[in-house]
Amino acid sequence: MSTAYATRPSPSPLRAGRRRRVASRRRAAALLGVLVLTLFALSLMVGQTFYGPGEVWRVVLGQDVPGASFTVGTLRLPRAVLGLVAGASLGIAGVTFQTMLRNPLASPDIIGISAGASAAAVVGIVVLRVDEALVSGMAIVAALVTALVIYLLAYRDGVLGTRLILIGIGIAAMLDSVVAYVIVRAAAWDLQVAMRWLTGSLNGATWGIVLPLVVAAAVLMPALLAQSRQLDLLQHGDDTASALGVRVERTRLTVIVAAVALIAFATAAAGPIAFVAFLAGPIAARVVGAGGSLMIPAALTGALLVLAADLAGQHLFGTRYPVGVITGVLGAPYLVYLLIRTNRAGGSL
Amino acid sequence: MTDSHTLVAERVSLGYGDRTVVEGLDLTVPPGRITAIVGANACGKSTLLRALSRLLAPSQGQVVLDGKAVHTQPTKAVARTMGLLPQSPLAPEGIAVADLVARGRSPHQRMLSRWAVADEQAVEEALGLTGTSDLVDRAVDELSGGQRQRVWIAMALAQQTDILLLDEPTTYLDICHQIEVLDLLTDLNRTRGTTIVMVLHDLNLAARYADHLVAMCGGRLLAGGRPEDVLTAATVEQVFGLRSQVVADPVSGKPMVLPIGRHHTSTPSPAHAHAAPHAR
Repeated sequence: MSTAYATRPSPSPLRAGRRRRVASRRRAAALLGVLVLTLFALSLMVGQTFYGPGEVWRVVLGQDVPGASFTVGTLRLPRAVLGLVAGASLGIAGVTFQTMLRNPLASPDIIGISAGASAAAVVGIVVLRVDEALVSGMAIVAALVTALVIYLLAYRDGVLGTRLILIGIGIAAMLDSVVAYVIVRAAAWDLQVAMRWLTGSLNGATWGIVLPLVVAAAVLMPALLAQSRQLDLLQHGDDTASALGVRVERTRLTVIVAAVALIAFATAAAGPIAFVAFLAGPIAARVVGAGGSLMIPAALTGALLVLAADLAGQHLFGTRYPVGVITGVLGAPYLVYLLIRTNRAGGSL
Repeated sequence: MTDSHTLVAERVSLGYGDRTVVEGLDLTVPPGRITAIVGANACGKSTLLRALSRLLAPSQGQVVLDGKAVHTQPTKAVARTMGLLPQSPLAPEGIAVADLVARGRSPHQRMLSRWAVADEQAVEEALGLTGTSDLVDRAVDELSGGQRQRVWIAMALAQQTDILLLDEPTTYLDICHQIEVLDLLTDLNRTRGTTIVMVLHDLNLAARYADHLVAMCGGRLLAGGRPEDVLTAATVEQVFGLRSQVVADPVSGKPMVLPIGRHHTSTPSPAHAHAAPHAR
């Protein structure tokens, strides 16, 4: 019996180690997935009236349940889906930028791309009074234009990096002031809208707001995932990546456009939910470990952050806070920590 | 089979933006041999290497790999023929040695392809050749400089290319590890016939290990040929502006440069009549 085992060729240490690491990354990602599903279910169940999993499930299947059909089907479900998809979009787009620019500070919400989408959306809603579809369109165009402006301002012999981040932070500040200016001039009764465009919020989620984002995510996330191997090779520097067969500029362009569009759709639907794009990647890296693509773990972490922050903001305190206030409180200390740490490490970001 | 690959730079001019670094340079890399490029700082050595490996498009002229301009060939196909180890490659935080070396297999993989037996064998072999098999589960950023350099070379070896370009593969290494790396590259050349082109700082090591020595100066190719023919006191003076004596290295018989500074010369320096016109 024991000899039968002994004669079987044992996997080499190389293979065993790689398998072990892949298995542990998958386990960690699966754990994140389970957490996301749990929070998603909780957001459908919990509220002023509690509905059990059975009732929620029947509503999701489209059956008519008195009371629950409206509360869960019309109010809670779009909100939960918005949290799920916006969070995942921000997470995957954030980690894409951080990986591509090899810097945790280089997330689209720090370097002004979310702010570009916000500013356009706010101008569209408050000043031009256009409808939702057009707002999404404006946000996407503005985000792409913002990304292009930052890229061009930072471009010198194709070198990106610290300069791009500093320019992005400056652009973000300018665009945030546009948002603040428009909101100050907006009608006072429109506080929900104001909060949404200042910090991001899932309030007032309807299928009309959620569906464009869901469709965009269904197209853009696979497009990003298809580039994940190339993106991982870019971490070794452009020269090494190119020597390993990566078409560097083409990969970068594809990935920028897809990630910026995701950010824009998510921002058009839920506002610039603070720091989710920035936090999701580093948290996912801690949870699953290094060596593999962080895209899926970061998407799950982003969804987790938004769903958890929204649940907490809605039910944990006496007042209801929009989701962005909670994620902002979580994200700001990390930003400060990162700035201090990078400053200690040599002062050049 | 590796002898069939040809790599030629034809009257290439190279630069960054408006700044021209290399002008009208011709170089034929001898197939199946070891070529070392030497020259002073900022003479265009690394720039030339980047152009050979298609990282930098020439403003004039072209680099020709197997009869076709390298810039018109698909990136992945080139990456299966020609590997490059840049001067300071980056590793993502916490990545394990095995996973890093495995990334050398990228040009051989398709988008959704699975890890194949051939990939596994190539990685095992690369780890074995570089003596890094024991490090597979360690994180790259925990390694010493010498270990890390061997891991990077393992990644380039796992790529299994017939041509391997290396930009100063011995920097950051102590003398013992320098010799180890150069011996390893020589093994690779002798057993597999891999064509090797490397930029080296150390003239004596370049002379000892290269079959073909290329001296560059101010973006031009000054001399190219057997180390015995290229490495003379006159070349050293021209390339580095340094007076020296060149003697036969008692270990290998290859030329060895003994620099003559302003101090510590026990015998009066021999008069170099031929060197005087080049002195600065």
